[in-house]
Amino acid sequence: MAKTKLTEKAIEALSYEEASAELESIVGALEEGQNTLEDALKLFERGQALAAHCGALLESAQLKVQKLSGESLIPFEADVE
Amino acid sequence: MQPNLFAPAYLTVSQLTFHIRKRLEDDPTLRDVWVEGEISNLAKPNSGHIYFTLKDKNAALRCVIWKTDASRLRVNLQDGLAVEAHGKIAVYEPQGQYQLVVNLLQPKGEGALYQEFLRLKAALEAEGLFDPERKRPIPELPKIIGIVTSQTGAALRDMLNTLRRRLPLVKALLAPAPVQGVEAPPALVEALHKLNQQNPDVILLARGGGSIEDLWAFNDERVVRAVAASNAPIISGVGHETDFTLCDFAADLRAPTPTAAAELATQTTLDDLQAQMTYFTARLNARTLDLLAEQKAWLAALAARLKYSSPERRIQTENQNLDGLSRRAFSALRHRIQLHSANVDGISKRLQALNPASVLARGYAIITSLENGQVISKVAQAKGALKARVSDGEFEIQSKA
Repeated sequence: MAKTKLTEKAIEALSYEEASAELESIVGALEEGQNTLEDALKLFERGQALAAHCGALLESAQLKVQKLSGESLIPFEADVE
Repeated sequence: MQPNLFAPAYLTVSQLTFHIRKRLEDDPTLRDVWVEGEISNLAKPNSGHIYFTLKDKNAALRCVIWKTDASRLRVNLQDGLAVEAHGKIAVYEPQGQYQLVVNLLQPKGEGALYQEFLRLKAALEAEGLFDPERKRPIPELPKIIGIVTSQTGAALRDMLNTLRRRLPLVKALLAPAPVQGVEAPPALVEALHKLNQQNPDVILLARGGGSIEDLWAFNDERVVRAVAASNAPIISGVGHETDFTLCDFAADLRAPTPTAAAELATQTTLDDLQAQMTYFTARLNARTLDLLAEQKAWLAALAARLKYSSPERRIQTENQNLDGLSRRAFSALRHRIQLHSANVDGISKRLQALNPASVLARGYAIITSLENGQVISKVAQAKGALKARVSDGEFEIQSKA
């Protein structure tokens, strides 16, 4: 497992970008096939969890709009059509 | 010039009018002329041609716009509107009238604005502000999209709806600014500056459609320079498809409308991401199944090799050897036993022969002393009561010696 280290970071805490990037590298590492079976299964499990997390994020994505007000950011309620 | 009294050459009205027409229409100045004035007597008959009179304090000029040019007109004509008109002088012979045939018409002052536009464009271009090498790529999957536009305009609503539809994963940061009027340019510059401090991945600079004056803030040198100086790449979406502003030239990407700007900022959509995720999951599953299958096959091959080289074969061989040995041992033993048993028979026969009983059968008797059981083999021993043993029993006898 030279290339892909399991970050062991809680998956729920990952942003979509982090999770999908890790998933991509896991798939890459598995396809390179340099892992022991035990490592490969661990990668697979984490990959599945990452994919589920990403899917959930995509499903529930809501555009967040903020407005610059002076030096601070405040929520901006945009009218939805 | 003296009139010729003897042979006066009368021209017909048509001939004279034709002559005048030729003189006017051949004049290079009158064939390509800009004139400014105020519209009056505007008439738009069903033919599609437009008729009006251009006036100033001291003179009037009849004008016509033929149907084909009228349909291209971007100005909403009305009486009293000050305009700049371009065209050629023509003569309408049936009424002996000359008129300006207009092919271009714009509100008064637009020409000057356009001249200023061209001058500034050339200057900034010479400075390299619009160079293609300066254009930065638009990120394919932005996290934060900055928006500089009017907080109340339809452009903002269009852009937010587009972002929501295509990539609701992004965060939109709005830096509101008025987009027309004298306060617009410094406000736009300030909004771009403040938004850049939030490090957005891309900025949308947008405004809905309007007249060229309405869009003029986006030709302001300060705004154009702020666009060129932005850290984040900028997509401009000002006005409509046909409107070009200097901000469009300075921006990293020009979109024809605000909605198109929001689309260009979201090249990867939610659908794309979902498809990508499906693809990743499929690869993950396929690869893991392959891996397991490979491992199984490898194990099976290993097990076969193990079986081939296992001690089982040797054990079988040894077992056979052992069987052979044991058979040999058994038969050797049996042979010995037979030998021994033959021997025992011989000895037994010999023993039989030595059995005193068989001697007795031949008529001999064994005499023993009744007193002490001693065998009497000499006369001297024969005293008193004796016991005689014969083949079928014993009896007492008395010695007379």
